[in-house]
Amino acid sequence: MLMEKGTWTIKTGFADMFKGGVIMDVTTAEQAKVAEEAGAVAVMALERVPADIRKAGGVARMASISKIKEIMQAVSIPVMAKVRIGHIAEARILEALGVDFIDESEVLTPADDKFHINKHEFKVPFVCGARDLGEALRRIAEGAAMIRTKGEAGTGNVVEAVKHMRRVMDDIRKVTTMLDEQLVAYAKEIGAPVELVREVKRLGRLPVVNFAAGGVATPADAALMMMLGADGVFVGSGIFKSKDPAKMAKSIVMAVTYWNDPEMLLKVSEDIGEPMPGLEVEELEVRMQERGW
Amino acid sequence: MIVGVLGLQGDFREHVWALQKLHAETILVKTVEDLKRVKGLIIPGGESTTIGRLARLTGIADELKKRVSEGMPVYGTCAGMILLAKRIANYPQQYSFQMMDITVERNAYGRQVESFEVELNIPAIGDKFKAIFIRAPKIVDCGENVEVLAKHGDTPVLVRQENLLASSFHPELGDDLRIHEYFLRMVGVKYARVY
Repeated sequence: MLMEKGTWTIKTGFADMFKGGVIMDVTTAEQAKVAEEAGAVAVMALERVPADIRKAGGVARMASISKIKEIMQAVSIPVMAKVRIGHIAEARILEALGVDFIDESEVLTPADDKFHINKHEFKVPFVCGARDLGEALRRIAEGAAMIRTKGEAGTGNVVEAVKHMRRVMDDIRKVTTMLDEQLVAYAKEIGAPVELVREVKRLGRLPVVNFAAGGVATPADAALMMMLGADGVFVGSGIFKSKDPAKMAKSIVMAVTYWNDPEMLLKVSEDIGEPMPGLEVEELEVRMQERGW
Repeated sequence: MIVGVLGLQGDFREHVWALQKLHAETILVKTVEDLKRVKGLIIPGGESTTIGRLARLTGIADELKKRVSEGMPVYGTCAGMILLAKRIANYPQQYSFQMMDITVERNAYGRQVESFEVELNIPAIGDKFKAIFIRAPKIVDCGENVEVLAKHGDTPVLVRQENLLASSFHPELGDDLRIHEYFLRMVGVKYARVY
Protein backbone atom coordinates (compact mmCIF):
# COMPACT_ATOMS: atom_id res chain seq x y z
CA MET A 1 0.00 0.00 0.00
CA LEU A 2 1.33 3.39 -0.99
CA MET A 3 1.15 6.42 1.22
CA GLU A 4 -2.33 7.94 0.90
CA LYS A 5 -3.12 11.54 1.84
CA GLY A 6 -6.35 13.48 2.26
CA THR A 7 -8.51 10.34 2.68
CA TRP A 8 -11.85 10.41 4.48
CA THR A 9 -10.26 8.53 7.40
CA ILE A 10 -7.49 11.11 7.66
CA LYS A 11 -9.94 14.01 7.54
CA THR A 12 -12.48 12.68 10.04
CA GLY A 13 -9.70 11.22 12.21
CA PHE A 14 -8.13 14.64 12.50
CA ALA A 15 -11.46 16.06 13.66
CA ASP A 16 -11.58 13.26 16.27
CA MET A 17 -8.41 14.71 17.81
CA PHE A 18 -10.26 17.95 18.69
CA LYS A 19 -12.83 16.19 20.84
CA GLY A 20 -13.25 17.38 24.39
CA GLY A 21 -11.47 20.56 23.37
CA VAL A 22 -12.01 24.25 22.69
CA ILE A 23 -11.30 25.95 19.36
CA MET A 24 -10.80 29.68 19.80
CA ASP A 25 -11.20 32.60 17.38
CA VAL A 26 -8.09 34.78 17.26
CA THR A 27 -7.19 37.86 15.24
CA THR A 28 -3.49 38.34 16.09
CA ALA A 29 -0.39 36.26 16.82
CA GLU A 30 -0.52 37.43 20.45
CA GLN A 31 -4.10 36.23 20.86
CA ALA A 32 -3.15 32.92 19.25
CA LYS A 33 -0.41 32.46 21.84
CA VAL A 34 -2.81 33.28 24.68
CA ALA A 35 -5.19 30.64 23.27
CA GLU A 36 -2.46 28.00 22.96
CA GLU A 37 -1.16 28.75 26.44
CA ALA A 38 -4.70 28.39 27.83
CA GLY A 39 -5.07 24.93 26.30
CA ALA A 40 -6.98 25.53 23.06
CA VAL A 41 -6.88 22.50 20.71
CA ALA A 42 -6.83 24.77 17.66
CA VAL A 43 -7.30 28.41 16.72
CA MET A 44 -9.49 29.99 14.06
CA ALA A 45 -7.52 32.74 12.30
CA LEU A 46 -9.76 35.72 11.59
CA GLU A 47 -9.54 39.33 10.48
CA ARG A 48 -12.26 40.23 12.99
CA VAL A 49 -14.20 38.22 15.59
CA PRO A 50 -17.91 37.72 14.73
CA ALA A 51 -19.05 40.45 17.16
CA ASP A 52 -16.97 42.97 15.18
CA ILE A 53 -18.04 41.54 11.81
CA ARG A 54 -21.61 42.10 12.95
CA LYS A 55 -20.79 45.66 14.00
CA ALA A 56 -18.83 46.52 10.84
CA GLY A 57 -21.46 45.24 8.40
CA GLY A 58 -20.63 45.13 4.66
CA VAL A 59 -19.17 42.07 2.94
CA ALA A 60 -17.11 39.80 5.20
CA ARG A 61 -14.47 37.77 3.27
CA MET A 62 -11.66 35.30 3.94
CA ALA A 63 -9.01 36.82 6.25
CA SER A 64 -5.91 38.34 4.68
CA ILE A 65 -3.14 35.85 3.90
CA SER A 66 -0.58 37.79 5.93
CA LYS A 67 -2.87 37.61 8.96
CA ILE A 68 -3.32 33.84 8.66
CA LYS A 69 0.41 33.32 8.06
CA GLU A 70 1.28 35.39 11.10
CA ILE A 71 -0.98 33.20 13.23
CA MET A 72 0.28 29.93 11.68
CA GLN A 73 3.83 30.94 12.55
CA ALA A 74 2.94 31.92 16.10
CA VAL A 75 1.57 28.59 17.38
CA SER A 76 2.22 24.85 17.23
CA ILE A 77 -1.45 23.85 17.45
CA PRO A 78 -3.62 23.47 14.31
CA VAL A 79 -4.81 26.64 12.58
CA MET A 80 -8.24 26.88 10.95
CA ALA A 81 -9.53 29.68 8.72
CA LYS A 82 -12.92 30.62 7.28
CA VAL A 83 -14.04 30.87 3.66
CA ARG A 84 -17.32 32.21 2.34
CA ILE A 85 -20.01 29.63 1.60
CA GLY A 86 -19.46 28.34 -1.93
CA HIS A 87 -16.19 30.22 -2.49
CA ILE A 88 -14.12 27.47 -4.13
CA ALA A 89 -11.23 29.82 -4.91
CA GLU A 90 -10.82 31.09 -1.35
CA ALA A 91 -10.73 27.44 -0.25
CA ARG A 92 -8.09 26.53 -2.85
CA ILE A 93 -5.98 29.47 -1.65
CA LEU A 94 -6.21 28.40 1.99
CA GLU A 95 -5.40 24.80 1.06
CA ALA A 96 -2.30 25.99 -0.82
CA LEU A 97 -1.34 28.08 2.20
CA GLY A 98 -1.49 24.92 4.33
CA VAL A 99 -4.16 25.79 6.90
CA ASP A 100 -5.11 22.63 8.78
CA PHE A 101 -8.90 22.95 8.55
CA ILE A 102 -11.26 25.17 6.55
CA ASP A 103 -14.52 26.48 7.99
CA GLU A 104 -17.04 27.12 5.21
CA SER A 105 -18.83 29.62 7.34
CA GLU A 106 -22.09 31.54 7.48
CA VAL A 107 -20.27 34.13 9.60
CA LEU A 108 -18.79 35.46 6.35
CA THR A 109 -20.99 36.78 3.55
CA PRO A 110 -21.98 33.87 1.25
CA ALA A 111 -20.39 33.84 -2.22
CA ASP A 112 -22.90 31.40 -3.70
CA ASP A 113 -26.61 31.58 -2.90
CA LYS A 114 -27.32 28.02 -4.04
CA PHE A 115 -24.35 25.72 -3.60
CA HIS A 116 -21.76 24.90 -1.01
CA ILE A 117 -18.24 23.81 -1.98
CA ASN A 118 -17.75 20.19 -3.11
CA LYS A 119 -15.38 19.45 -0.27
CA HIS A 120 -14.53 15.92 -1.41
CA GLU A 121 -12.22 17.44 -4.01
CA PHE A 122 -9.91 18.85 -1.37
CA LYS A 123 -7.13 17.27 0.68
CA VAL A 124 -7.69 19.72 3.51
CA PRO A 125 -10.66 18.87 5.77
CA PHE A 126 -13.69 21.16 6.15
CA VAL A 127 -16.07 22.01 8.98
CA CYS A 128 -19.55 23.41 8.24
CA GLY A 129 -22.44 24.74 10.29
CA ALA A 130 -25.85 23.06 10.66
CA ARG A 131 -29.12 23.69 12.45
CA ASP A 132 -30.70 20.26 12.11
CA LEU A 133 -29.88 16.74 10.98
CA GLY A 134 -30.83 17.35 7.35
CA GLU A 135 -28.49 20.31 7.04
CA ALA A 136 -25.68 18.41 8.81
CA LEU A 137 -26.03 15.41 6.49
CA ARG A 138 -26.15 17.60 3.37
CA ARG A 139 -22.84 19.15 4.43
CA ILE A 140 -21.35 15.72 5.16
CA ALA A 141 -22.58 14.53 1.74
CA GLU A 142 -20.62 17.43 0.22
CA GLY A 143 -17.54 16.27 2.12
CA ALA A 144 -17.55 18.11 5.45
CA ALA A 145 -15.41 16.07 7.88
CA MET A 146 -16.74 17.91 10.91
CA ILE A 147 -19.97 19.68 11.84
CA ARG A 148 -20.60 22.54 14.20
CA THR A 149 -24.13 23.31 15.14
CA LYS A 150 -24.86 26.92 14.29
CA GLY A 151 -25.59 29.36 17.04
CA GLU A 152 -25.94 33.04 16.38
CA ALA A 153 -22.31 34.14 16.15
CA GLY A 154 -21.08 37.30 17.84
CA THR A 155 -24.03 37.70 20.19
CA GLY A 156 -22.74 36.16 23.41
CA ASN A 157 -26.21 34.63 23.59
CA VAL A 158 -26.21 30.84 23.79
CA VAL A 159 -29.91 30.31 23.08
CA GLU A 160 -29.54 29.57 19.36
CA ALA A 161 -26.65 27.15 19.89
CA VAL A 162 -28.80 25.30 22.42
CA LYS A 163 -31.79 25.26 20.09
CA HIS A 164 -29.80 23.75 17.23
CA MET A 165 -27.86 21.23 19.32
CA ARG A 166 -31.14 20.00 20.81
CA ARG A 167 -32.65 19.85 17.33
CA VAL A 168 -29.80 17.77 15.89
CA MET A 169 -29.79 15.42 18.89
CA ASP A 170 -33.59 15.03 18.77
CA ASP A 171 -33.44 14.24 15.05
CA ILE A 172 -30.77 11.61 15.71
CA ARG A 173 -32.82 10.03 18.51
CA LYS A 174 -35.80 9.93 16.17
CA VAL A 175 -33.79 8.13 13.46
CA THR A 176 -32.44 5.54 15.88
CA THR A 177 -35.99 4.46 16.78
CA MET A 178 -37.30 4.38 13.19
CA LEU A 179 -37.95 1.19 11.28
CA ASP A 180 -35.72 0.69 8.23
CA GLU A 181 -38.67 1.16 5.89
CA GLN A 182 -39.28 4.63 7.32
CA LEU A 183 -35.78 5.88 6.55
CA VAL A 184 -36.26 6.67 2.85
CA ALA A 185 -39.32 8.83 3.50
CA TYR A 186 -37.52 10.53 6.38
CA ALA A 187 -34.46 11.18 4.23
CA LYS A 188 -36.72 12.83 1.67
CA GLU A 189 -38.42 14.89 4.37
CA ILE A 190 -35.17 16.30 5.76
CA GLY A 191 -33.43 16.55 2.38
CA ALA A 192 -30.55 14.23 3.20
CA PRO A 193 -29.03 11.21 1.40
CA VAL A 194 -30.59 8.00 2.69
CA GLU A 195 -27.19 6.28 2.99
CA LEU A 196 -26.18 8.86 5.59
CA VAL A 197 -29.51 8.57 7.40
CA ARG A 198 -28.93 4.80 7.60
CA GLU A 199 -25.46 5.41 8.97
CA VAL A 200 -26.85 7.72 11.65
CA LYS A 201 -29.27 4.97 12.66
CA ARG A 202 -26.48 2.41 12.81
CA LEU A 203 -24.12 4.63 14.82
CA GLY A 204 -26.67 6.45 16.97
CA ARG A 205 -24.81 9.70 16.26
CA LEU A 206 -23.48 11.79 13.39
CA PRO A 207 -20.81 10.02 11.32
CA VAL A 208 -18.42 12.92 12.04
CA VAL A 209 -17.44 14.99 15.07
CA ASN A 210 -20.04 17.57 16.12
CA PHE A 211 -18.97 20.74 17.96
CA ALA A 212 -21.15 23.52 19.34
CA ALA A 213 -20.65 27.09 18.17
CA GLY A 214 -22.10 30.57 18.26
CA GLY A 215 -22.87 32.55 21.39
CA VAL A 216 -20.76 30.66 23.96
CA ALA A 217 -19.58 33.33 26.42
CA THR A 218 -18.87 31.64 29.78
CA PRO A 219 -17.51 28.34 31.16
CA ALA A 220 -21.10 27.49 32.12
CA ASP A 221 -22.25 28.03 28.51
CA ALA A 222 -19.50 25.70 27.29
CA ALA A 223 -20.40 23.03 29.86
CA LEU A 224 -24.07 23.34 28.89
CA MET A 225 -23.24 22.56 25.26
CA MET A 226 -21.26 19.49 26.36
CA MET A 227 -24.20 18.35 28.51
CA LEU A 228 -26.44 18.58 25.43
CA GLY A 229 -24.11 16.26 23.52
CA ALA A 230 -21.47 18.43 21.82
CA ASP A 231 -18.10 16.77 21.22
CA GLY A 232 -16.36 20.09 21.91
CA VAL A 233 -16.88 23.83 21.61
CA PHE A 234 -15.93 26.71 19.34
CA VAL A 235 -15.63 30.03 21.13
CA GLY A 236 -15.63 33.08 18.92
CA SER A 237 -16.01 36.51 20.43
CA GLY A 238 -16.52 35.07 23.92
CA ILE A 239 -12.85 35.02 24.85
CA PHE A 240 -11.22 38.09 23.39
CA LYS A 241 -14.29 40.29 24.00
CA SER A 242 -14.23 39.43 27.72
CA LYS A 243 -12.42 41.51 30.33
CA ASP A 244 -9.71 38.94 31.07
CA PRO A 245 -9.26 36.74 27.97
CA ALA A 246 -6.45 34.51 29.35
CA LYS A 247 -8.45 33.64 32.43
CA MET A 248 -11.69 33.17 30.49
CA ALA A 249 -9.90 30.92 27.97
CA LYS A 250 -8.41 28.70 30.67
CA SER A 251 -11.72 28.42 32.51
CA ILE A 252 -13.63 27.46 29.36
CA VAL A 253 -11.03 24.76 28.58
CA MET A 254 -11.49 23.30 32.07
CA ALA A 255 -15.29 23.51 31.78
CA VAL A 256 -15.26 21.49 28.55
CA THR A 257 -13.15 18.71 30.11
CA TYR A 258 -15.04 18.67 33.43
CA TRP A 259 -18.55 19.44 32.11
CA ASN A 260 -20.02 16.64 34.24
CA ASP A 261 -18.27 17.64 37.47
CA PRO A 262 -20.27 20.45 39.18
CA GLU A 263 -17.59 21.06 41.85
CA MET A 264 -15.01 21.70 39.16
CA LEU A 265 -17.42 23.90 37.20
CA LEU A 266 -17.96 25.97 40.31
CA LYS A 267 -14.23 26.33 40.79
CA VAL A 268 -13.54 27.47 37.24
CA SER A 269 -16.53 29.82 37.18
CA GLU A 270 -15.18 31.92 40.06
CA ASP A 271 -13.15 35.05 39.30
CA ILE A 272 -13.47 34.87 35.53
CA GLY A 273 -14.13 38.58 35.25
CA GLU A 274 -16.73 40.22 33.05
CA PRO A 275 -17.89 38.09 30.07
CA MET A 276 -18.59 39.72 26.70
CA PRO A 277 -21.76 41.83 26.51
CA GLY A 278 -24.68 39.88 25.04
CA LEU A 279 -27.25 40.69 22.35
CA GLU A 280 -30.93 39.73 22.19
CA VAL A 281 -31.35 37.50 19.11
CA GLU A 282 -34.88 38.78 18.40
CA GLU A 283 -33.53 42.28 17.87
CA LEU A 284 -30.78 41.41 15.36
CA GLU A 285 -30.80 42.87 11.89
CA VAL A 286 -28.67 40.07 10.43
CA ARG A 287 -29.21 36.44 11.39
CA MET A 288 -26.08 34.68 10.20
CA GLN A 289 -27.47 31.23 10.99
CA GLU A 290 -29.94 31.57 8.11
CA ARG A 291 -27.11 31.59 5.58
CA GLY A 292 -26.45 28.16 4.07
CA TRP A 293 -28.85 25.82 2.29
CA MET B 1 -8.40 -5.28 36.52
CA ILE B 2 -9.22 -1.93 34.94
CA VAL B 3 -7.33 -0.32 32.08
CA GLY B 4 -7.85 3.44 31.95
CA VAL B 5 -7.93 5.88 29.07
CA LEU B 6 -6.81 9.42 29.89
CA GLY B 7 -10.00 11.42 29.24
CA LEU B 8 -8.82 15.03 29.48
CA GLN B 9 -9.02 15.76 25.76
CA GLY B 10 -8.65 13.98 22.42
CA ASP B 11 -9.95 10.77 20.86
CA PHE B 12 -10.29 8.90 24.16
CA ARG B 13 -13.69 7.53 23.10
CA GLU B 14 -12.12 5.52 20.25
CA HIS B 15 -9.62 3.94 22.66
CA VAL B 16 -12.41 3.05 25.08
CA TRP B 17 -14.30 1.36 22.23
CA ALA B 18 -11.20 -0.58 21.18
CA LEU B 19 -10.67 -1.83 24.75
CA GLN B 20 -14.35 -2.71 25.12
CA LYS B 21 -14.24 -4.74 21.91
CA LEU B 22 -11.46 -6.73 23.56
CA HIS B 23 -13.65 -7.22 26.64
CA ALA B 24 -11.29 -5.27 28.84
CA GLU B 25 -12.81 -3.39 31.75
CA THR B 26 -12.13 0.28 31.14
CA ILE B 27 -12.79 3.73 32.60
CA LEU B 28 -12.00 7.30 31.58
CA VAL B 29 -9.31 8.82 33.79
CA LYS B 30 -10.01 12.49 34.56
CA THR B 31 -8.82 12.75 38.16
CA VAL B 32 -6.04 11.40 40.41
CA GLU B 33 -8.67 9.18 42.08
CA ASP B 34 -9.57 7.63 38.71
CA LEU B 35 -5.89 7.01 38.00
CA LYS B 36 -5.48 5.15 41.30
CA ARG B 37 -8.08 2.60 40.16
CA VAL B 38 -6.34 1.51 36.96
CA LYS B 39 -3.57 -1.01 36.27
CA GLY B 40 -2.66 0.36 32.86
CA LEU B 41 -3.27 3.62 31.02
CA ILE B 42 -3.65 4.75 27.42
CA ILE B 43 -2.86 8.38 26.61
CA PRO B 44 -4.89 9.17 23.47
CA GLY B 45 -4.31 11.37 20.46
CA GLY B 46 -5.34 15.00 20.74
CA GLU B 47 -3.42 18.18 21.42
CA SER B 48 -0.33 17.46 23.51
CA THR B 49 -0.20 21.04 24.81
CA THR B 50 -3.81 20.83 26.01
CA ILE B 51 -3.56 17.37 27.58
CA GLY B 52 -0.21 18.22 29.22
CA ARG B 53 -1.57 21.40 30.72
CA LEU B 54 -4.67 19.70 32.16
CA ALA B 55 -2.65 16.74 33.50
CA ARG B 56 -0.31 19.11 35.32
CA LEU B 57 -3.13 21.26 36.75
CA THR B 58 -5.06 18.28 38.10
CA GLY B 59 -2.11 16.48 39.68
CA ILE B 60 -2.55 13.55 37.29
CA ALA B 61 0.95 14.13 35.92
CA ASP B 62 2.67 13.59 39.29
CA GLU B 63 0.58 10.54 40.14
CA LEU B 64 1.25 9.09 36.70
CA LYS B 65 5.01 9.49 37.07
CA LYS B 66 4.84 7.68 40.41
CA ARG B 67 2.76 4.83 38.97
CA VAL B 68 5.04 4.44 35.96
CA SER B 69 8.10 4.26 38.19
CA GLU B 70 6.31 1.44 40.05
CA GLY B 71 5.92 -0.38 36.73
CA MET B 72 2.41 0.47 35.50
CA PRO B 73 2.18 -0.03 31.72
CA VAL B 74 1.31 3.08 29.69
CA TYR B 75 0.63 3.38 25.97
CA GLY B 76 0.74 6.78 24.26
CA THR B 77 -0.59 7.40 20.73
CA CYS B 78 0.51 10.51 18.82
CA ALA B 79 -0.05 13.31 21.37
CA GLY B 80 0.32 10.59 24.01
CA MET B 81 3.74 9.72 22.61
CA ILE B 82 4.82 13.39 22.75
CA LEU B 83 3.79 13.48 26.40
CA LEU B 84 5.78 10.33 27.21
CA ALA B 85 8.93 11.59 25.46
CA LYS B 86 11.90 12.89 27.43
CA ARG B 87 12.76 15.44 24.75
CA ILE B 88 10.74 17.48 22.21
CA ALA B 89 13.29 18.64 19.65
CA ASN B 90 11.47 21.59 18.11
CA TYR B 91 9.62 22.74 21.25
CA PRO B 92 12.15 22.16 24.07
CA GLN B 93 10.13 24.33 26.48
CA GLN B 94 6.93 22.35 26.03
CA TYR B 95 5.79 20.35 29.03
CA SER B 96 5.92 16.55 28.87
CA PHE B 97 5.99 13.75 31.45
CA GLN B 98 9.58 12.95 30.37
CA MET B 99 9.41 9.23 30.98
CA MET B 100 10.54 7.57 27.77
CA ASP B 101 14.07 7.87 26.41
CA ILE B 102 13.08 9.20 22.99
CA THR B 103 13.39 12.56 21.23
CA VAL B 104 10.36 13.55 19.17
CA GLU B 105 9.75 16.33 16.72
CA ARG B 106 6.20 17.67 16.67
CA ASN B 107 4.33 18.01 13.36
CA ALA B 108 7.49 16.77 11.66
CA TYR B 109 5.63 15.20 8.74
CA GLY B 110 4.04 18.57 7.94
CA ARG B 111 0.66 20.18 8.42
CA GLN B 112 -2.69 18.42 8.04
CA VAL B 113 -2.63 18.16 4.21
CA GLU B 114 0.50 15.99 4.61
CA SER B 115 -1.20 13.54 7.01
CA PHE B 116 -1.26 9.99 5.58
CA GLU B 117 -2.22 6.33 5.83
CA VAL B 118 0.31 3.61 5.12
CA GLU B 119 0.80 -0.11 5.67
CA LEU B 120 3.51 -1.02 8.17
CA ASN B 121 5.34 -4.25 8.90
CA ILE B 122 5.09 -5.00 12.61
CA PRO B 123 6.61 -8.42 13.39
CA ALA B 124 5.71 -8.14 17.10
CA ILE B 125 1.97 -8.36 16.32
CA GLY B 126 2.04 -10.53 13.19
CA ASP B 127 2.01 -9.13 9.67
CA LYS B 128 0.87 -5.91 8.04
CA PHE B 129 -0.86 -3.11 9.89
CA LYS B 130 -2.65 -0.10 8.39
CA ALA B 131 -1.34 2.92 10.24
CA ILE B 132 -2.95 6.36 10.30
CA PHE B 133 -0.61 9.33 10.81
CA ILE B 134 -2.27 12.68 11.61
CA ARG B 135 -0.05 15.73 12.06
CA ALA B 136 2.16 13.07 13.56
CA PRO B 137 5.23 13.49 15.74
CA LYS B 138 8.43 11.90 14.44
CA ILE B 139 10.85 9.96 16.63
CA VAL B 140 14.22 11.47 15.77
CA ASP B 141 16.28 9.70 18.42
CA CYS B 142 15.93 6.65 20.69
CA GLY B 143 17.92 5.65 23.78
CA GLU B 144 19.69 2.24 23.90
CA ASN B 145 17.00 0.67 26.08
CA VAL B 146 14.25 1.57 23.62
CA GLU B 147 13.10 -1.32 21.43
CA VAL B 148 11.92 -0.35 17.93
CA LEU B 149 8.85 -2.47 17.05
CA ALA B 150 8.04 -0.82 13.72
CA LYS B 151 9.54 1.63 11.28
CA HIS B 152 8.23 3.72 8.42
CA GLY B 153 11.17 4.09 6.08
CA ASP B 154 14.07 4.62 8.46
CA THR B 155 11.98 6.27 11.15
CA PRO B 156 10.80 4.35 14.24
CA VAL B 157 7.03 4.71 14.62
CA LEU B 158 6.19 2.11 17.31
CA VAL B 159 8.58 1.80 20.24
CA ARG B 160 8.73 0.15 23.64
CA GLN B 161 10.81 0.82 26.71
CA GLU B 162 10.00 -1.72 29.42
CA ASN B 163 6.47 -0.80 30.61
CA LEU B 164 6.06 2.09 28.16
CA LEU B 165 4.69 1.77 24.63
CA ALA B 166 4.35 4.62 22.13
CA SER B 167 3.24 5.07 18.52
CA SER B 168 3.32 8.05 16.15
CA PHE B 169 0.13 6.72 14.55
CA HIS B 170 -3.46 6.01 15.66
CA PRO B 171 -4.50 2.32 15.86
CA GLU B 172 -7.70 3.44 17.61
CA LEU B 173 -8.98 4.99 14.36
CA GLY B 174 -8.97 1.66 12.51
CA ASP B 175 -10.63 -1.71 13.13
CA ASP B 176 -7.40 -3.63 13.69
CA LEU B 177 -7.10 -4.21 17.44
CA ARG B 178 -3.75 -6.02 17.51
CA ILE B 179 -1.78 -3.17 19.05
CA HIS B 180 -4.38 -2.75 21.79
CA GLU B 181 -4.13 -6.50 22.36
CA TYR B 182 -0.36 -6.18 22.57
CA PHE B 183 -0.77 -3.46 25.19
CA LEU B 184 -3.28 -5.52 27.17
CA ARG B 185 -0.74 -8.34 27.21
CA MET B 186 1.78 -5.86 28.64
CA VAL B 187 -0.69 -5.04 31.39
CA GLY B 188 -1.67 -8.69 31.77
CA VAL B 189 1.89 -9.99 31.97
CA LYS B 190 2.66 -7.71 34.84
CA TYR B 191 -0.52 -8.61 36.70
CA ALA B 192 -0.57 -12.23 35.49
CA ARG B 193 -3.88 -11.98 33.69
CA VAL B 194 -4.57 -13.47 30.31
CA TYR B 195 -6.88 -11.72 27.82
